[in-house]
Amino acid sequence: MAKRQYSFYPGCSSQKGASSSNYLISAQTMCEELDIQLNEIPDWNCCGASIGYAGGGELPRLTLSARNIALSEQHNPGQSIVATCAACWLSTREAAERLQHNPALAKDANTALAEAGLTLKNQTPIKHMVEVLIQDIGYDTIKTKVKRPLAGLKIAGYVGCQTNRPFGIAGESFENPQYLDRLIETLGADSIPQFEKKVQCCGGALAFSEPAKSQEMIKGILESAHDNGADLIVTPCPVCQMNAEVYQEQINATYGTNFKMPVVYYSTLMAIAFGRSAQDAALTGQVIPAEKLAAIAGK
Amino acid sequence: MGDISKNYRLNFLKEVEANVEEGEWVKMCMQCGVCSGSCPLGKFWDHPPQEIFMMIRAGKRDAVLTSNAMWMCTSCYNCIVRCPRELPITHIMHGLAHYAQRLGLAPAHQPTAKFAQLFWNNLMKKGRVNELKLGVKLYFMNGIGEGFKTSLKMKDIGLGMMKTKRMNPMEAIGGHALEDVKGFHAVMQKAQELEDQRLANQRP
Repeated sequence: MAKRQYSFYPGCSSQKGASSSNYLISAQTMCEELDIQLNEIPDWNCCGASIGYAGGGELPRLTLSARNIALSEQHNPGQSIVATCAACWLSTREAAERLQHNPALAKDANTALAEAGLTLKNQTPIKHMVEVLIQDIGYDTIKTKVKRPLAGLKIAGYVGCQTNRPFGIAGESFENPQYLDRLIETLGADSIPQFEKKVQCCGGALAFSEPAKSQEMIKGILESAHDNGADLIVTPCPVCQMNAEVYQEQINATYGTNFKMPVVYYSTLMAIAFGRSAQDAALTGQVIPAEKLAAIAGK
Repeated sequence: MGDISKNYRLNFLKEVEANVEEGEWVKMCMQCGVCSGSCPLGKFWDHPPQEIFMMIRAGKRDAVLTSNAMWMCTSCYNCIVRCPRELPITHIMHGLAHYAQRLGLAPAHQPTAKFAQLFWNNLMKKGRVNELKLGVKLYFMNGIGEGFKTSLKMKDIGLGMMKTKRMNPMEAIGGHALEDVKGFHAVMQKAQELEDQRLANQRP
């Protein structure tokens, strides 16, 4: 089968030694198994994420994404941009649409890009990896790749905010998207459709600046997963993953709870279900070990 | 009666429309309150979005621009997808926060205002975020004493991240950067110039 090619925007947090480097490793493994070729955008820059607005005004922020799209159009022409990070996807797509609807801003962005010899055509579709999986590959094909069904695992699908709003996945509702549950079932595990905190905010970047307020929300997410009998949580977003995983000890100390809930990426689940090693699935990147997944990977 | 429009203090609304990203939408708010009820940190805001919109129309310039409210936006986009009039509320909140910061009116000790500026400065340096340096700056943003206290509190999380290779102490020296940092800086400087020009021309 011919490989599907995408222009890949990995984003800052996926770099080596950064907080979601495990996401990149597992996503690469997943893509190998699905015959997806990721062609990295050369010299991509930060998208400004959700909190770039304090220092960055409208044009500087949009120009960040315009540079990435221009580089992609120059080096990976004809290929859709795909991002694994929710904020990267959102910022890039938002910038592309804003510049399409505002010719004056687009002209200014191009004037700025000309300083580095770049031109924005802005004709490139911008996708989240989840869209590639669901729309381009499809559940049926994914199912045929499953060599180690994740049987017996009960998994809470935590979609979070930015993969879901404001753009979301076509055909899904903002309040109760189903795709993650469907993906969990496709891999042979049990989903938890009644998981109440599926689209609850984890605090995002405010987990850093407003830890107490954010941890109160994260506690609610963990509690709901736990009370619904989840063995682990799965998410498509790097900020959701980190926030839900790494503050559990602090939350336990504050609230007298006893959470030890593994939080993994969908790509980790898929890499293991597709028969790859714990290393390739980046299970080694779990701060809270996902022991039941590791057991399946060891079979 | 005379000119009835003089009874409305619309000057601040006009200022917001001219200077704040997506500010031209503010007048479309119908005060239903769905945004305020949908905001995950809404209970902590001095003034939820619905109230901010009415305050803008009532000309309460200082109260809006010095407010901590919009700095507690987590960018969850609940308000955007639920607004019956489809106002880009998240963007308006970001735009107001940026405008307040630009005018030097943002509250001095608002933690997200400080952190968000650190984030921007960090990414502008080499074109990519250096998570380690950003974390250290965050812990020490309120002085050395609090910095050491926070670092101690966060020690176990840092160790966990290092053990799993999701944090690299070597990022303290050098770290990830663009190849064409020079070109990146030239582009961003030009964008800032054009932004400043655009705003100078629009100010009423």
